[in-house]
This record gives sequence, C-alpha cells and structure tokens, in this order.
Amino acid sequence: MLEIKQLVKKYHTGDLALNGVDLKVEKGQVMALIGPSGAGKSTLIRCVNRLEKATSGEIWLNGENIVKMRSGKLRRARRNMGMIFQEYALVERLTVMENVLSGRLGYVGFWRSFLRKFPQSDINAAFGLLEKVGLDTMVNKRADELSGGQRQRVGIARALIQKPDILLVDEPTASLDPKTSRQIMRLICELCRERELAAIINIHDVALAQMFVQRVVGLRFGAVQFDGPPEGLTPDVLTMIYGEEDWEATIESVDDEDDLVTL
Amino acid sequence: MIFTYCWQQISKSTTWFFVWDAPRIATDLWTRATPPKWEYISQLGKPIWDTLNIATLGTLFALIIAVPVAFLAARNTTPSRFIIRPIALLIIVSTRSINSLIWALLLIAIIGPGVFAGVIAIAIRSIGFCAKLLYEAIEEIDETQVEAITATGASRWQVMAYGIVPQILPAFAGIAVFRWDINIRESTVLGLVGAGGIGLQLNASLNVLAWPQVTLILILILLAVIFSEWISAKVRHAII
Amino acid sequence: MNTDIFNVQTKIGKPWKKPPFVQSNLLRWVLITGFVIYLIAAYMTIDVNWSRVYEGLERGKKFVLAFTNPDFTSRSSDIWEGMIESILMTVASSVVGILISIPIALGAARNVSPLPVYLICRGIIAISRALQEIIVAILLVAIFGFGPLAGFLTLSFATIGFLSKLLAEDIESMDKVQAEAIKASGAKWTQWINYGVQPQVMPRLIGLSIYRVDINFRESAILGLVGAGGIGATLNTAFDRYEYDTAAAILLIIIVIVMALEYLSGIVRARVQ
Repeated sequence: MLEIKQLVKKYHTGDLALNGVDLKVEKGQVMALIGPSGAGKSTLIRCVNRLEKATSGEIWLNGENIVKMRSGKLRRARRNMGMIFQEYALVERLTVMENVLSGRLGYVGFWRSFLRKFPQSDINAAFGLLEKVGLDTMVNKRADELSGGQRQRVGIARALIQKPDILLVDEPTASLDPKTSRQIMRLICELCRERELAAIINIHDVALAQMFVQRVVGLRFGAVQFDGPPEGLTPDVLTMIYGEEDWEATIESVDDEDDLVTL
Repeated sequence: MIFTYCWQQISKSTTWFFVWDAPRIATDLWTRATPPKWEYISQLGKPIWDTLNIATLGTLFALIIAVPVAFLAARNTTPSRFIIRPIALLIIVSTRSINSLIWALLLIAIIGPGVFAGVIAIAIRSIGFCAKLLYEAIEEIDETQVEAITATGASRWQVMAYGIVPQILPAFAGIAVFRWDINIRESTVLGLVGAGGIGLQLNASLNVLAWPQVTLILILILLAVIFSEWISAKVRHAII
Repeated sequence: MNTDIFNVQTKIGKPWKKPPFVQSNLLRWVLITGFVIYLIAAYMTIDVNWSRVYEGLERGKKFVLAFTNPDFTSRSSDIWEGMIESILMTVASSVVGILISIPIALGAARNVSPLPVYLICRGIIAISRALQEIIVAILLVAIFGFGPLAGFLTLSFATIGFLSKLLAEDIESMDKVQAEAIKASGAKWTQWINYGVQPQVMPRLIGLSIYRVDINFRESAILGLVGAGGIGATLNTAFDRYEYDTAAAILLIIIVIVMALEYLSGIVRARVQ
C-alpha cells in the first residue's frame, strides 16, 4: 500500500537526512521506526506527508507517487494520511471539538469550515471518536486547558477522523510520562487493529516499541539497518543501530511490566 | 559635545527676551485662562462625537487594510519574498513614518476639510502601525500547529483560518484596542489643521485668544484620553 | 460548563456549535446591535461631500505622481534649514529627556523608592502622557514664543512620560534575587542601584532610548505646524501653495531618515542583548 523507493532527502544545510531508504508497508501493518536522534526518522515521516519535499526517490501510496504530485492532488492524498505529532500540535486556542473536526478540513469547503458548519456525519464521527479516546466530557474545552496525555488523544482523534489508510506517528510519547506513554501507544495500536490501519510509528523507546508492534525498522544515518519482528532486536542489532552500549536491561524490561493499565 | 552644539544652535534661534519674560506671561495666561468657560460646553457635544468617530472609524478602516498587508509582509505567510514582501514593508514604513497630522494636511489639500479627511488620515497612519505589530505576531506563531493543519489536507485558506488566525487573534485584538486608544489622542488635535473634531474648536478659540474656552477644551480632551485609556485597559483585560 | 453527564448516544445526530465568546445571549446581542447602531450613526454624521472628493482625486493623482518626481531643489534652503532644526531639536530633546527620565523612572518604580516619591513621579508621568505633544507645543509657544526652544521643551517633556513609564515597569519586573544579593553585601542605596539594578535594565534603557529618538524625530516634523520649529513649517507652506513636488521631497526625506533610524536601532538592540 505504501511503498518507498530509494528516498533521499538532503537539507539546504547540506545534511543528508535520508540516504536511499526502501520500505514497504502493507495494509493494516503497524510498524515502529527506531533509531538514534538524527537518524532521519522524523524526516522520513514528514517526506511521506510531504511536509518536507524529498530530494529524490519515489513514495507510492495507493498507486500514486506523492513526490511528483501537484498541490490539489497532494491535498487529496494527505487526506488518506493521518498524522500524529510529538508535541501534539493542536491548535491551542481552539476547542477540542474544533481540533478534532479540523481533521475533516480536506473534505469540506472553505466557508463551511470557516463558519464551523461541518456535515452532521462528521460531527457524529467526532463525538464517537472523542468517546473512544475518553474525552467525551471535554468537547468544549480549549486545547490548552488539557494535560499532555489528553492532548495527544485529541491528536489521535484528529488523525482518525480523516478516515485515513495509514497513520504517520512522530514520537507520540516523547513528551509524556511512562504510564501515559503506554496508554497512548496501546490506544494507537488498538485503533489501528480495529480499523485495519497501517501505521509508521517513530519512537525512541525501544522497549515500548517491542511491546506493541509486529514489525520494527531500525534507521541509522538515513538508511535502513534492521527490518524484522521485535524479537529480532538482539543486543547485536541494537548496537548496529545505536552504537555500543549495554542492551540487556533495555530488552529485559519488556517482560516484567504489567499491561493492565486501563484507559 | 554634540548636545552642546545642538543647544547652541537652538539658543541662537531663540528670542531670549521672550524666554526671560516667560514666567510673567505664564502667570498672565493662567489668570486669563481661569476659570474655564463652562457654558461653552453646550457647543462641544458634536465635536467630541466627531472626534470619537474619527478615531473609531479610522481604526476600523486601518485594520481592514492592515490585516492583508501584515499577511503579505510576514516571512512565513507572504506569497513572494522578493516582490510582494518588500512592497508590503514599504507600505508599512511609509505610512507609519508620517504623522497623522501631516496625512490630514495632505488629505485636506486633496479632498477638502472635514471629518472624512480626519478619518482617512487616522486610517492611513494606523495601517503601518497595526500591520507592523501584526506581522511580527504572525512571524512568531507556532509552526507545528500550522503543519498539523496542512497535514490533514486542508487548503491554503483553511490552513490560514485554522492554523494561523486562532494563534494571532489575541494579538490582533490587543493591537486594535491599543491603536484605538492612541487614535483618540491623535484625533483630538486633527482639527488644528481642519480635519474635524474637537481640535477645530480648539483652533478657533486659540485664534481669537479665548483662553477660558481653551481651558475647557483641554479639560475635555484630558477626560476623553482618560476615558479611552480606561476602556482599552478593560477590553485588554477581558481578552487576556 | 460541560460537566453534566455526557452520553454519546444523546449527542449523535445533534448539531454542534462553537461556544460563543460572550457567554450571555442577551449581552452578546446588545453588544452586536449596539456596535452596528453606532457604526450607522457614526457613518451618518461623517457627511462626505463625494463630488468634492471626486474633484480631489485629480489632485491626489498629481500628488502621487509628485512622489515619482520630487523637487528637492527649488526650496532646498528652506528644506535644509527645517531639517537641520528638526534634527537639532530631536538630539537635544532626546538627551535632556532621557537624562531626566532616569531619576523619574527610579522614583516611579515601587520596588526601589518610597511611597511619596512614587506618587509624585507617577503623577508627572501621567500628566506628560495625557497631554498631546501638539497641545503642549501650543501652550509652550504661547509662553516662550515661536522657535525651536518651544519644540525642544515639548519633546523633552513627552520623552519623560514615555521613557520613565516603560523604564519604571522594567525596573519593577526585574529579578529580585540579583538586586537583593547586592543589598545583602551592605551596599549604600546608590551603590545598590548602580550594581543591582542598572545592569539589569540597561539593555532595555538603550533600546527604548533609540526608539524614542525615532519618535522624537517624527514628532519634530509636525511641531512646526504650530510654530514650534522644525521641518513642519516648511511642509505646511508647501501644502498651502499646492507645491506637491516639494512636499513629496520633504516626506521622502522624513521616510528615509526614519528608516535609517529604525535600521540603526535594530543593529544596536541586537548588539546590547
């Protein structure tokens, strides 16, 4: 469904963020993207949504090449990609409901969205999603009144209301405490399973990644170093991705944590 | 050193005789100006209403023009950095370098004296002021919020309405009220050059040396200024 | 507002509206209708003479064209003298204004001065800010006679109100700990101000001073209208004689000087911070 071929991104500063990445994500597959900071994880995700323009290479989504798209077509393609951000990236001064509904902007005209007159089906979907992420009592709160975990849930609802084929998730837990991080990861993975969504999740917490996903891709210096199931992340592999360090503790910690934190 | 030179030049073109005489003239003026001629107030209702209108309508017109200019001038929203942005910046600099009194002078020469010239003069002067503060606010917005909206597949205008406008709205309201407050002060003196408002009465009274009337007008202007400052403080408080 | 028990089933199918900025319905409508009525009333009293405006457009066009062909030469001596006078007034009044503002700002900061001093200084600031430059200029011209002295005094007076207020606010919001550390070392009041307060507010003082020079120059351009010296008188004459090309020349000079000052202040502010 999503296929990336020989993707290269070079910034104006001369930094080579992505150096020929090949990657294929099937429908309904949740994939974690790990790697040290500066490995190009964020850049990869941003190139897929074309928040950054790739220098060369191809990104095929549902049979169309995003790299070559013109702006009208790109907007329609973006509707099929839900994006979740590290710092939530909610519009702080809008209400929770407006933030969720902003996920439908690609489908409604300017004046309708400007006057906040979204179709009833969108509003129903928004209410449904807000209940799903546990924010049904916060509909009219302003986004900047929420806690970090709550904001990220709004972000998730905003991405899902797009009815995307794929979720692009950029460090969803980087600004959250460990417990909330797990809740958020679980929520994302559950929703993906339920809706058969593919997802690319950038994450720096290897243990967390191993806990929730079926496939892990390790990136280093803008190139794929590892691609396989989470069990394949041996200390040798981690050294290959991150460099020399004692990895035993990181891997073990996965087993003894209880998964019973409810939403 | 530069200062002493400047001072020498100023003192050279000063008639010092008048200056030494100043205390006497000042006391003389004071005795002639007090008490204020209270019954004159009946003729000041309309001028003060005009003054208020000049400030308010001038501010409104200015905002209508300043908003697009600000978007064209801000680095992150301008459609073209090398052609349109410099033009927008030129509009900002030239309108705000020149005092509203000079604009009024100019407009009176063009469209004739009256309230309308005052409104336009205030509007032109305020465009640059408001647009400058506004475009600085636009340049300071949080780009990730804008990106998030872009990533949903929203159009250019939708990104503006959802990603940018909510972020600058408080700054916008603050700027509007702040400028309105300044404009009340400025519109009180526009009449000196014939652009309507209470300044007209001030000028007329000065010309016939009717000092008690001048005193009353000055008191009224002072009250208007205090009133506008009070309102703008209230509104700013309500917004933030 | 929304704490009542929420049931999705009851919400689905119902429209959603953004909660309004003004909560009370009545107040909201009163505000909106009041504003509309005011606008209409204000518009009615303006009384625009459209035929006069239409005639004026021709002259307006001439004026705009004059900007493409400004005449610096035919009144060059008048322009030159006026400009020099404006600049002299700006420099002298800025220096005097800033020097006087500093003690007044200290007096008007509640955290460094006793209450009686505070009240007096705040009073001076309030008076200076409430009076329009041009009105002060009229009074001073009446008292001191025509010429740049009145303009110089006006601008100095206005500078005091502007600078002292902003500087006092800065002093009031400064970091207490740093200042207290100096006080704890047994410093005298003057030493305390010199070591504890001054370093903290200096960058802002410099920035504000340059900004005020810029404002003083712009203001000096209009003081001539009431006889207080500067380029304003020349400009006024040019308008009266419909000499748009000379007026355009003067305005261009003003714009260029203001731009230069702004550019300069940008550099200085970047350096002190």
